[in-house]
Amino acid sequence: MLLKVNNISVVYSDVIQILKGVSLNVEKGKIVSLLGSNGSGKTSTLKAISGLLKPENGKVTDGEIIFQERGIHNQSPEAITRMGIIQVLEGRQPFKYLTIEENLRVGTAARRDRSCRQDLEMVYHYFPALVARRRSKAGYCSGGELQMLVIGRALMAKPELLLLDEPSLGLAPLIVKEIFGIIKKINEEQGATIVLVEQNANMALQIAHYGYVMENGKIVMEGQAEELVENPDIKEFYLGVGAAGGARAYRDVKSYRRRKRWF
Amino acid sequence: MDFFVQLLVNGLSVGFLYGISAMGFVMIFKSSSVLNFAHGELLAIGAYIFLVLATEAHLPIYGAFILTMLACFSLGFIVEKLFLRPLIGEPLIFVIMLTVGLAAMFKGLILLIWGGNLHTFPDFLPEWLTLTWGGATVQPVYTLALVAGVTFLALFGLFFKFSSQGIYMRSVADNQRAALSLGVNVKNVFALSWAIAALVAGLSGIILGIINGVNVHDLSAIGLKVFPVVILGGLDSIGGAIVGGLIIGLLETLTGGYISPSLRDVVPYIVLVVILMLKPYGLFGQVEIERV
Ligand SMILES: Nc1ncnc2c1ncn2[C@@H]1O[C@H](COP(=O)(O)OP(=O)(O)O)[C@@H](O)[C@H]1O
Ligand SMILES: [Mg+2]
Repeated sequence: MLLKVNNISVVYSDVIQILKGVSLNVEKGKIVSLLGSNGSGKTSTLKAISGLLKPENGKVTDGEIIFQERGIHNQSPEAITRMGIIQVLEGRQPFKYLTIEENLRVGTAARRDRSCRQDLEMVYHYFPALVARRRSKAGYCSGGELQMLVIGRALMAKPELLLLDEPSLGLAPLIVKEIFGIIKKINEEQGATIVLVEQNANMALQIAHYGYVMENGKIVMEGQAEELVENPDIKEFYLGVGAAGGARAYRDVKSYRRRKRWF
Repeated sequence: MDFFVQLLVNGLSVGFLYGISAMGFVMIFKSSSVLNFAHGELLAIGAYIFLVLATEAHLPIYGAFILTMLACFSLGFIVEKLFLRPLIGEPLIFVIMLTVGLAAMFKGLILLIWGGNLHTFPDFLPEWLTLTWGGATVQPVYTLALVAGVTFLALFGLFFKFSSQGIYMRSVADNQRAALSLGVNVKNVFALSWAIAALVAGLSGIILGIINGVNVHDLSAIGLKVFPVVILGGLDSIGGAIVGGLIIGLLETLTGGYISPSLRDVVPYIVLVVILMLKPYGLFGQVEIERV
């Protein structure tokens, strides 16, 4: 296993417990999807892995995170990025006043070697839409271009593990499709290992190998992507397909099904 | 007319110095949101270090200058590591109060070591730096200010545009969380911005010290003009700092020349009040890009 998250608890500001014993495994070369509704703790899980909890006054208080046989919980983001874990933040966070190419250059910050010509070519190869805009400021790009930019920027770090936080958020379906296709291609051609956090379960399960479902700071379900797609609960509540078997008693319905859903 | 040209050139040269030193102030603000109230003292420290190296250690002028720049740069670095670093993550008001404390401490140290008297540099500037244009004569020190101002501006322009460190500094100013997520060493960027700020403050301190003489009260008061300059230029704009500096420099010299020398030092603050009432974000504040 490239990454093992063992039963971690995460607490913000010393009192607010958000994650309550989350465990997940990520095998090298695979896309693992982490699904769940808003506020279920997906972003906090990623931040626990990447070390970005720290600047938000959050902490892993229990359990451990093992990356390449080393415990990395509660280490600084500087240290963790240098081990090869890069998180692409939710909501597309470009450097607005830097050009596309300067944005990509910042992606090499965690690397020892800074010769980035080849990697720039690689990023432009996967995201040809960026080429024409390489000299314009990122703040003037469209949402789709920005999502490509921030993923490309993370690739510049040559990460061992890429954490993507809701890349489909707020994008048109066609663009989501294009971007997910590229993520799949990067996984297949570069052997990139990816943790894909999504609310859009449908898209995520199409490209993921394995999936976890989170609710209320806990993992409530996991399985191979193709199994999850067939799972009636997932079908009904995450994919927007009505359950075929008619109504079941409310008490049978697991707690995670009762919450308000997105579609 | 000659008088006007002379005032114009003098105003622009002094303005460049104000602008360059304000640039350091803006860099600290942009990377860490800290307003540095010890800016004037950094200016004074530069002038005093140069004074010691040039007049007491009798180093050749160029050597003294380069050593002073190195010393200022290191001082900025050390001040950040020693005093600012432990407060990262604390409410900003604490950090800003800390810089007020640092200002008092630096001033006290300078008074302790050099006293409050006016010191002057020996006249070391070569005559060929004197510019004449019709009946107007530009004193060597103003030529020096112009040359130094333009040179440093160009150097920093190149640094921010092309060097990795320069781009990292801009990335932290732009979006600190994103920079952190990519492994940019944000603490180093803070330290570097203090180091550069102390360096440019020291540079203007030296030249303003040649113009006005070296005295801690005067120099730190000049350093405070950074506030009108950055309010005019926009707190978050490096280009604005330069333009703001030029405008304040010009206004001062023209007021001193045509109206009354005693009004000179008041003008920047009148401008400050007027600007704040009319355009609180400064004339050249960064235009927020909203299309995201
Ligand atoms: N810095 C923080 N301090 C306190 N609570 C937080 C913080 N960040 C997130 N939370 C809370 O943690 C819960 C989970 O948030 P998050 O991990 O962002 O979930 P998701 O990404 O699944 O939407 C939410 O209820 C949110 O309000
Ligand atoms: Mg989230």
